[in-house]
Amino acid sequence: MEKRMLKDENDRVDGVFKVTGQAKYFAEYELPGLTYGVLVTSTITKGKITTLDTKAAEKAPGVISVLSHLNKPSAPGYEQDGGSPMKIFYTDKIFYNGQPIAMVVANTFERATYAASLVKATYAKEEFNTNFDKAVADSKSKKLQGQPDYKRGVENAYKTAEVKIEEKYHLPIETHNPMELHGIIADWRPNNQLTVYAKTQGVKATQGTIANVFKIPIENIQVNSEFVGGGFGMALRTWPVEIATVMASKHVAKPVKLVITRMQMFTMVGNRPAAIQTIGLGANKDGKLTGITHRAFGETSVYENFTEGVVNMAKFMYQCENVNTQYTVVPVDLGVPIWMRGPGEATGAFALESAIDEMAHALNMDPLEFRIKNDPERDQQRNLPFSDKNIKEAYRIGAQKIGWNERKNKPGSLIDGQLKTGYGVSIGVFNANRGRASVKGILKADGSLVLQSATSDIGPGTGTGMTLIASKLMKIPADKITFELGDSSLPPAPSQGGSATLSTVGSAVNDVCVALKSTIAELAANSNMDATANFVDVLKKNNLPSIEIIKQSQAGKEREAYSMYSFSIHFVKVNVHSLTGVVKVDKIVSVGDSGTIVSPKTARSQMVGGAVGGVGMALTEESIIDHRYGRYINNNFADYHVPVNADIPEIEVHFINKPDPYINPMGAKGMGEIALIGFSAAVANAVFNATGKRIRSLPITPDKILADS
Amino acid sequence: MQSSDPKNNQGDSRRDFLKKSSLITAVALTPSVALKAAESQADERFAELFEKIPLNLTVNNKPYQTSIEPRVTLLDYLREELHLTGTKKGCDHGQCGACTVHVNGERVNSCLSLAVMNEGKKVTTIEGLANGDELHPMQAAFIKHDGFQCGYCTPGQIMSAVACVNEGHTTSRSEISEYMSGNICRCGAYPNIVDAIIEVSKGETKA
Repeated sequence: MEKRMLKDENDRVDGVFKVTGQAKYFAEYELPGLTYGVLVTSTITKGKITTLDTKAAEKAPGVISVLSHLNKPSAPGYEQDGGSPMKIFYTDKIFYNGQPIAMVVANTFERATYAASLVKATYAKEEFNTNFDKAVADSKSKKLQGQPDYKRGVENAYKTAEVKIEEKYHLPIETHNPMELHGIIADWRPNNQLTVYAKTQGVKATQGTIANVFKIPIENIQVNSEFVGGGFGMALRTWPVEIATVMASKHVAKPVKLVITRMQMFTMVGNRPAAIQTIGLGANKDGKLTGITHRAFGETSVYENFTEGVVNMAKFMYQCENVNTQYTVVPVDLGVPIWMRGPGEATGAFALESAIDEMAHALNMDPLEFRIKNDPERDQQRNLPFSDKNIKEAYRIGAQKIGWNERKNKPGSLIDGQLKTGYGVSIGVFNANRGRASVKGILKADGSLVLQSATSDIGPGTGTGMTLIASKLMKIPADKITFELGDSSLPPAPSQGGSATLSTVGSAVNDVCVALKSTIAELAANSNMDATANFVDVLKKNNLPSIEIIKQSQAGKEREAYSMYSFSIHFVKVNVHSLTGVVKVDKIVSVGDSGTIVSPKTARSQMVGGAVGGVGMALTEESIIDHRYGRYINNNFADYHVPVNADIPEIEVHFINKPDPYINPMGAKGMGEIALIGFSAAVANAVFNATGKRIRSLPITPDKILADS
Repeated sequence: MQSSDPKNNQGDSRRDFLKKSSLITAVALTPSVALKAAESQADERFAELFEKIPLNLTVNNKPYQTSIEPRVTLLDYLREELHLTGTKKGCDHGQCGACTVHVNGERVNSCLSLAVMNEGKKVTTIEGLANGDELHPMQAAFIKHDGFQCGYCTPGQIMSAVACVNEGHTTSRSEISEYMSGNICRCGAYPNIVDAIIEVSKGETKA
């Protein structure tokens, strides 16, 4: 079955592979002599391993080896000083509960799983704290890390404003939980040649990390990651368990496959960090903001530091002369966090966009009107014009589609039997990033075009977007174009993160297509052909089976002259049951303002997916820890509630779809983050509008709705 | 890795038991061969032999005769033994639906079914849904409505969707959503999945 069955050029180029089960994810490669790794994890939260008994496991049927700090399998980079203290199998220290302490390698998955249960550890325990609220409360006297404070105008100006609010917002730990379990297949062969099949958002990043740890040349390492079963940020780094699997393969001289369990997805591959934020807003009675203060504490680990852009949005999203922000991170005895979709900006937007709604209420203004009144003409933080911003139009479209005129400004006004109805709005914004990437284009005399770049597709439809960019430029039908990715031997591209792939790699696709066209034009001229001659005829006339060009592309000086962002407006209608406190999202309208829409079908899906993620963030998602033991207690899909089909109403997506004149040749900006950023606040604002209850702690569960406040 | 350490631990006792029981059985059959094999530390292979039990089943209309450890799930059997990797492992606990297959025409979480429980049964996986190069209407509808992003939950969604239509649970969007809620999609393609199912249930999509 071939992929060339596109009925519509906007269908996903890999759609047939995905609906027939032919798409191969990392764990699905068959290697001769494949063995299976299963991890043993710490049952204490902090301290040291005193004994580790691996004898029984070593003797169990099918077991080839047991790796741990006792045998320190060779990894030269770990033998040097520096780096993270959590060097897997090179330390006896325990930094968090569920930390991998050994790996059993056996000839079947079942045998490795059984043998792993035979490994016994004893520990010297130490006092620990996994409670972020407590850590923040206890942190007053400690010197903390974070990001530089920001100040524009008068600090804490909100305190002296005509109308002011000051509120605190809580966000729990969330876990990415892509459907595909994390892991890797490592195949270490003689002469230090290594092939890995990885679940990664960046094949080049994985290649570089492994080269660093094992001190082998980059060229010796082949990283394959063609299909990735979701990432949402968790596959933006090469995790210790992946390094452990490479160690294992080197150690046993066989290919080793590791697929971690769903429970282990909560402890080994990061999370969205918990956050406690305080927002102070001041406005005059006419509804103009006069002061914004945003202070945030973010969770980090004791063994590695993690920071993200929680307070970014407050600096530029609203017209205001006086803004100050502060962001610090506070360590707890848990695994290190990592960016999760929307990352810190989504955390910050929950607080800021809730507070904006609170201020509108305090002013007795329509929150939409209040937002429009404080919409900035310029980026006051960078003192630059925006490259492209159509927020007012987006507000207008969204308001009309959700039926905003049905909304009553007085909370609790719309009651039908036991259901209270409310409407909420919020804005999302994220830096329109553009990095540097290379793309190779191979234009063939059979009429086809192959494009290659070491980028990734964790789901947004990278290959589809790139194909459509090339198809439009080259006037070649989409089904004659192949975009190859997920292979470290291809021309370099950055990791898929920060909503930058379309802008970054798409620009290189653009440039390579332009170069191919001009080469064809030259060849045509040289062979006395018409300048508009078809490239197939030109190549044939010149006896060329194909031509190849590699182009590197990156942003230029335009980024110094303009402030570049993608925006989204989320409108939500909710029904809240007055007896049970259950919130049901009844309707969603998301409007994307992110330049040209290159791939309409996949772009719409990305916005839909962000809204679904936003419903989870708003209403159900919370990784809960029993702080007595430092363990997650809802570390599975039955207890950690991601939205299911029945939680999601119909979702309307609209795009402004106007090119950003400065960002890149396509005029297109990323959307992965803005699809989610701000969404949770729209839900919280709708819940307030429905019930008069302001919930400042996510997720908005029925107990919080029903509690006396 | 072989050991004659008398200090039995859990692994040793289990293995010793297997060795003894396999030997008792084997002695009755071919004493000299079995004893020789055990002495030459080949007991592992004997243990392996006696740990497995026979299994006959049909997967995608193809009969399979094998012997398998009883602890192997249908999911792991499909993926690791038959290399039918279209069926996905998302949780191994029956909580996500990524491993959904049809057993005798009904949808089943293959991670909650041991392979040996499927003796004599007919299993259909995503690989068996299309008719050669001709996609099943549900597969075509998923492409048309973009009922997926990363694609990992997709085979399970499609197997559930086909069953959902066969079961007649397609009278409304909300009924479809309810009967598709055993299949999690973290990319959030739910509305598109419902659109695809509605189209197929109305018989509008031809592969």
